[in-house]
Amino acid sequence: MPEMTYRDAINLALKEEMRRDPSIVVLGEDVALYEGSFKVTRGLLAEFGEERVKDTPISENTIIGVSVGAAMGGLRPVAELMTVNFALLAMDQIVNHMAKIRSMFGGQTYLPITVRAPGGGGSQLAAQHSQSLETYFMHCPGIYVAMPATPADAKGLLKSCIRDNNPVMFLEHELLYNSKGEVPEDPEFLVPLGKAAVMREGKDLTIVAYSRMSVLALQAAAELEKDGISCEVVDLRTLNPLDTETFIASARRTGRAVVVEECWRTAGLGSDIAFRIHEACFDTLLAPVRRVSGLDVPMPYSRKLEKLCIPQVETITAAVKEVLSEKY
Amino acid sequence: MDSKLRAILPDQELLKLYQQMVLSREFEESCAEQYTKGHITGFLHLYSGQEAVAVGATAGLHKDDYILSAYREHAQAIVRGADPKRVMAELFGKATGICKGKGGSMHLFDPGLSFMGGYAIVGGQFPIAVGLAFAAKYRKEDRISACFFGDGAVNQGTFHEGLNWARLWNLPVLFVCENNFYGIGTEVHRSSALADIHKRACGYDIPAVRIDGMDVMAVYEAVKWGVDWVRENSRPYLIEAMTYRFRGHSMADPGKYRSAAEVELWKARDPIVGFAKRLADERIATGEQLEVIREKAAAIVQEAVKFAEESPWPEDDEVYKDIYV
Repeated sequence: MPEMTYRDAINLALKEEMRRDPSIVVLGEDVALYEGSFKVTRGLLAEFGEERVKDTPISENTIIGVSVGAAMGGLRPVAELMTVNFALLAMDQIVNHMAKIRSMFGGQTYLPITVRAPGGGGSQLAAQHSQSLETYFMHCPGIYVAMPATPADAKGLLKSCIRDNNPVMFLEHELLYNSKGEVPEDPEFLVPLGKAAVMREGKDLTIVAYSRMSVLALQAAAELEKDGISCEVVDLRTLNPLDTETFIASARRTGRAVVVEECWRTAGLGSDIAFRIHEACFDTLLAPVRRVSGLDVPMPYSRKLEKLCIPQVETITAAVKEVLSEKY
Repeated sequence: MDSKLRAILPDQELLKLYQQMVLSREFEESCAEQYTKGHITGFLHLYSGQEAVAVGATAGLHKDDYILSAYREHAQAIVRGADPKRVMAELFGKATGICKGKGGSMHLFDPGLSFMGGYAIVGGQFPIAVGLAFAAKYRKEDRISACFFGDGAVNQGTFHEGLNWARLWNLPVLFVCENNFYGIGTEVHRSSALADIHKRACGYDIPAVRIDGMDVMAVYEAVKWGVDWVRENSRPYLIEAMTYRFRGHSMADPGKYRSAAEVELWKARDPIVGFAKRLADERIATGEQLEVIREKAAAIVQEAVKFAEESPWPEDDEVYKDIYV
């Protein structure tokens, strides 16, 4: 299996799907001539031409709205929002339109749209460019949310999202673009939506995470192994559909769990995951589920302060040790 | 006497326009009654007074051209061919409704008629109409996208983003502003720095025209010309139709922001009464014949109400259906 970066895996998924299906169009700010702000759409214009790879005005709400219309009209748009922060300008079309149209029109249409958006903190981009907004989308019925952690999942999940007939927010992590991993060459390699991955098996405690937090969780698990602590790491891969079965089964087996989320702690998705574990495993849990979250602050620029705001390997290992020290 | 109307359309088509306007009015007035009785609930925005726009415009569009509108769209759906029974059932929230009772008054939709929806976030339909036009052009289909909106929608970002995008990509979109002078209770001069809405299209290099939206023939001719122009050039065009709603913004609105004199002035220009007079003057139909058309329309609406009343409520298990594919 060839090794490639998360960025190249996404790029390859786009190319493979565009070769397969002429109804796929890619649109977004600077995706064509400039080849993407993060160079994820490199080579697309050259291969598929300007009919299918479209630079757009800086009109995020209309990027999504045009995708909605195009999808209703028989296309399969893949829209790029330059960063997830700009999705906030498009929330009307995402939440009021894209998520509602199938339902409020009685199931008479469907919207095969993939919205790609890079996000997350850790690059010292300050308050307006460092947000983790996954809970916003996960909260809203009618749209799926995918957040791959590895290059292989990035490729396989994106291909599934593009082929799926529902609208999907495909949230990429900016700090993962250069991460490397083995990626299957098979153009039919797909990762199904709604299936979490057990990235590492363990018996003492379950760490539930997603996107870059899963990568940190794996590193934390490796550290903890040195202390004789065996952690199971469950990578959610998609937040909607949410594979509750996999993380609940894992927590039931280990009796302890830590949920890691990059988003803000208050009303963050980790509280929902933790609640589901408590609800399903109350009788078998050996300790309350703990959350490791982003701090409830607008992201500061200074790297010294920024680091405090995002879960780190050390904060995860500390949380795991605390949960293991608790007895009920 | 030479008939000016006959020079534009044959008798049968002229009478069809009349029938559609009357059916729309009868439908809306019946909705008001059903709302008062508590059979229709939620928001209800009636179209009475504006019929010439939907009817004239729909006649000027081709059958496969997409139509998108806002939340005052019952008439647009019915004139396009939606079954009044299923529209009324939708307003009643019944399982037989055009959207299974899940959309209600503001969200009528029928892709079989290329009626691509009523949207209730002001201006939400602009980018979607542009996207449909893009899809049609990409797929080399012979269809354009007609986007109806009110005067209140032009101060939303989507209006400006949508016009810019449609011209930038040279997409076949016909923008039709139904300027009824009020965004709920705010008169257009109190919301728009430039209240001549058609002039705003200049900023996006889109040709535009202002027309009398109380005259069904003026609307028909302008839209027909616009549809041909949009098709031929694959470029957007904008029509501003000056019209008036005889009722309040919704059933909850007593309309105190408008003077009785103003309302009476516009009611004197009732598009149905005016067209009836022209049809009679030009001896296309007698008053009696027009009355028969009205009675038939009233009967269709009565039948629609009966159908809606007798229709079943949606089953409980519908609540989780039609969200995901």
